[in-house]
Amino acid sequence: MINRILLSGSGGQGVITMAILLAQAACLYEGHNAIQSQSYGPEARGGATRSDVIISDEPIYYPKVQHPNILVALTNEASAKYLKFIRPNGIFLFDSDLVQPSTKMDADYVGFPMYKPVMERFGKPQALNICVLGALLELTHVTSFDSIRQCLKARFRPAFHQANEDALHLGQDLAASWKGTHRLG
Amino acid sequence: MGESMFVQGNEACARGALYANLRFFAGYPITPSTEIAESLAELLPTVGGKFVQMEDEISSMCAICGASLAGLKVMTATSGPGFSLKQEAIGYAVMAEIPCVIVDAQRGGPSTGLPTEVSQGDVMQARWGAHGDHSIIALTASSVQDVFEITVEAFNMAETLRTPVVLLLDAEICHMRERLTIPDPGELHVVERLYTEVKPGVAYHPYLPREDGRLPISNFGDGHRFNVTGLHHDIWGFPTQNPDSIEYLNRHLYDKIENRTNSLARWKEYYLDDADIVLISYGSAARSALQHVFDRRLRGERLGLLELQTIWPFPADLVRKKTAHARRVIVAEMNMGQLCSQVKTAVEHPERVFLANRIDGRLITPENIARCIRLIDGRGF
Repeated sequence: MINRILLSGSGGQGVITMAILLAQAACLYEGHNAIQSQSYGPEARGGATRSDVIISDEPIYYPKVQHPNILVALTNEASAKYLKFIRPNGIFLFDSDLVQPSTKMDADYVGFPMYKPVMERFGKPQALNICVLGALLELTHVTSFDSIRQCLKARFRPAFHQANEDALHLGQDLAASWKGTHRLG
Repeated sequence: MGESMFVQGNEACARGALYANLRFFAGYPITPSTEIAESLAELLPTVGGKFVQMEDEISSMCAICGASLAGLKVMTATSGPGFSLKQEAIGYAVMAEIPCVIVDAQRGGPSTGLPTEVSQGDVMQARWGAHGDHSIIALTASSVQDVFEITVEAFNMAETLRTPVVLLLDAEICHMRERLTIPDPGELHVVERLYTEVKPGVAYHPYLPREDGRLPISNFGDGHRFNVTGLHHDIWGFPTQNPDSIEYLNRHLYDKIENRTNSLARWKEYYLDDADIVLISYGSAARSALQHVFDRRLRGERLGLLELQTIWPFPADLVRKKTAHARRVIVAEMNMGQLCSQVKTAVEHPERVFLANRIDGRLITPENIARCIRLIDGRGF
């Protein structure tokens, strides 16, 4: 089993946090080897951000994802940059309000609004990454929801636990209803 | 084995330092080293240690020199621009034989360069950043677990030889996250400071080595009067112009490290037994080199990797021995060949040594190394 996951967007969207949670869940709670790395510019906010996660039962040497089987893009720029590298039969998850994929690849294009439902539900965009994570887990089962919940509880103060739980559920529900009308693979 | 966590190389460095009984850290934040300071700001007070954010890198280096002389195990962490600023006081620590650990989280240079991107451009600065003839120890690591363990080694070497040790990490290793399992107490050997047996109030020679070359220390303020200076000094620590004393000190500072090159060497090796192409690498580049070796072994090609964890003093005997039967030696590093030039001086056939490098702020890939080997073998780029 090897999952090569590339999460991309712009600085401040929580792309790196999402990657850390995924890799940590796989490593500490599910016993896999996992590595997480990232690339970003010198800006505090904005600028292109990517984070790479590899989850495997074999040792992981080269830590970067060149050809993801799971790609998340939260900006058009990120989609334009990385979609062309996706592996055949990969899953491409994007927010259909923010991203219009231009390249046609041999992959499942899973797009639905996530930013808008997050704003409607929470009134602020901070939980977007956790919502995306919920959708990603529902689609790919890279880790279990329970492992992610343990990581969320360890990482965030109790004041955020309910909002994280709600955002995770929101993403799960959005992906589940997408699956109701589309077929994967 | 103890607790497992999923952390950055920087946090592994902080935790390794604590395992080695670090009790004083002074630093000034700079990417990609900042999380070392952040972690220690949180962790050091829990063990009764002191964390000080200083006004700059120069004062940070000076502060750890003072704290070390006062009896604490010390460390500072920085990146290229700050490493440049620290050089004068690193030279002072070499001269005054002050045990200390300096982390340089390498990023793209020269100057402020690429704050968030990787490079290995400080290899020669680690060796020769301070002026004057001297020797120094510099160590590297290629995984989060290795960062922890090599940090403990850095403290052990600093204490044993009373010398600054440079922990030459890089942006990739510092920022990547992997599993870290904290060894139980006692699982890794920790060298504690060697104190003088001379009674307080009695004449003490701070720079008179024992027969084994080690210098027993007395904490500044603990009852022995002695002088500490960056000038050439005698066994009391007082400045001297005596040619015998000057030559003795120069040779002592050089020999105490260079004569131990073999015992200070730390390395890892993969598939070297029958390798006809030997890759030599270190730090994050070694991960790409190992990936390439692993991939090519699956195809039956005889590649091997020598990962150098000690790069200074340069383990020339080791490199010569491990590459003796190689048709090609490829040094994979993210600079213009700083370690490659050392490898060439160490081996029987320097004409068989080639550089596979990448200097655009990105981690060298296994493909970069593959292309280099292809070109060398006359099969085009």
